[in-house]
Amino acid sequence: MQYLLMLYADESGWAKMTKAEQEQGVAAYAAYTQALKTAGVWVGSNRLQDVDTATTVRVVDGKSQVLDGPYVETREQLGGYYLIEAPGLDEALAWAARCPGAGHGTIEVRPVWDMTG
Amino acid sequence: MNGATQARDVADAVARRSYGKLVAFLAADTRDVAAAEDALSEAFAAALATWPVYGCPANPEAWLMTVARRKGIDGMRHRRSGEAATVHLQMLAEDQTAASAETVNDAEIPDKRLALLFACAHPAIDTAIRAPLMLQTVLGLDAKTIASAFLASPDAMGKRLGRAKQKIRATGIPFAIPARDELAGRLDGVLDAIYAAFAEGWSDPGGTDVARRDLTTEALFLARLVVALLPQEPEALGMLALMLHADARRRARRNVDGDYVPLADQDVSLWNAAMIEEAEALLRYASTLGRIGRYQLEAALQSAHVERRRTGRTDWTAEVQLYDALLALSGSPVVALNRALAIAEWKGPAAALEIVNTLAADGRLAQYQPYWAARAALLARTHAYNEAHDAYDIAIGLERDPDVRRFLQARQAALPR
Repeated sequence: MQYLLMLYADESGWAKMTKAEQEQGVAAYAAYTQALKTAGVWVGSNRLQDVDTATTVRVVDGKSQVLDGPYVETREQLGGYYLIEAPGLDEALAWAARCPGAGHGTIEVRPVWDMTG
Repeated sequence: MNGATQARDVADAVARRSYGKLVAFLAADTRDVAAAEDALSEAFAAALATWPVYGCPANPEAWLMTVARRKGIDGMRHRRSGEAATVHLQMLAEDQTAASAETVNDAEIPDKRLALLFACAHPAIDTAIRAPLMLQTVLGLDAKTIASAFLASPDAMGKRLGRAKQKIRATGIPFAIPARDELAGRLDGVLDAIYAAFAEGWSDPGGTDVARRDLTTEALFLARLVVALLPQEPEALGMLALMLHADARRRARRNVDGDYVPLADQDVSLWNAAMIEEAEALLRYASTLGRIGRYQLEAALQSAHVERRRTGRTDWTAEVQLYDALLALSGSPVVALNRALAIAEWKGPAAALEIVNTLAADGRLAQYQPYWAARAALLARTHAYNEAHDAYDIAIGLERDPDVRRFLQARQAALPR
């Protein structure tokens, strides 16, 4: 089963870190990604740019509306994701707990809707 | 202190001390753990409603027992009829009178917690749910707390606990201490579940996660309970000794900056001497009972670590022999890994690495952080720095504690390029 691990954190924390801490953080994520790949569970992952780069689009009554900024303002922002293949929720949670993001933010774990069934 | 606060404090204290005893006694005949828990939680609610008004009873435990028993009997009918609050309050007042009239004291409520532990660890119960089941039924931890500690979803944990209780009731799992001839075998199941709870709590070395730190305390309580009720079982003594040895080093696992400190670098003066002494005494007594087992061997290894750190002297051949015996008993790849690390000190890193390479085929170690960290350290000692770097990557990626992750990253960064 596929699970999307959504990494939420207060993105202003990054700018407050020293250069050494940032490097350590990036290395921790790289190691985590490598561990996922070695275990054969990694499907995809990306880090997102800051939320101030977000643009929101929707179509109402046939007219498109485009807004600057995110869909909702929250204290923690979606900063990246991992898409993994795991046998079940327990394994997905175990991987989520290992994600460096779990230490400085929140990981939301959501099963992917299976369209094949 | 006002009446309500006092009532709550007494109820909390009774819950903490006697919860399992009351559940065990209430469920012993019916084997219906869920109903016993429901009845008891209603009795606690009744206590909080009536004690502030009528004062705390002289024997709160007996009061709760009496009320819970009546709730158990009336439970179904009461819930179905949906009686009005006035009737309910009237009942509470009756409960109060009835309970006060009881002259039961603590000693007269038979302690059936051991039987409950054996039911929770019955072979028919899924191994993975045994520890959570014990924590809930004997200590009254809620499913949400247990789920967090065992890294499961609260919803799924609640369902698993419910299914396990249903199984105890439906399949006639006995509330009994097994007969002499099968006691040791069945006791292993109980000990393993208690130790699983301890190990889960131990995986929070910083002690910053309250739910996990409490889990080691709860597991120690259960271990002491088993030892108190079965004082002649060497493996129960051995397990308690093992836990005490580990817990004695809790404070030394972090330095003043909050950084992770491995055993080899710990400040010995931070170890809890009283706990170590108690562990050693338990282990000595266990050895006089003439039946060796996994927990006594593991405690003996901890004892050897303590001796090594204190005196600087190590008899590596003796340590490897202990690991040999443990490996023969358990067949555990984790034991094989630790044995390899002892061999690294005795015969050098190359010999150890040969063993570790053969362990790589065991899938059970593939996602075990200490395996990759040990492998990385051995590779570094044989100057295979690139491979060591890669192995550290996996170890770092598998670690969930940020402090340990930083420690591993520092080791990786210190590798010569």
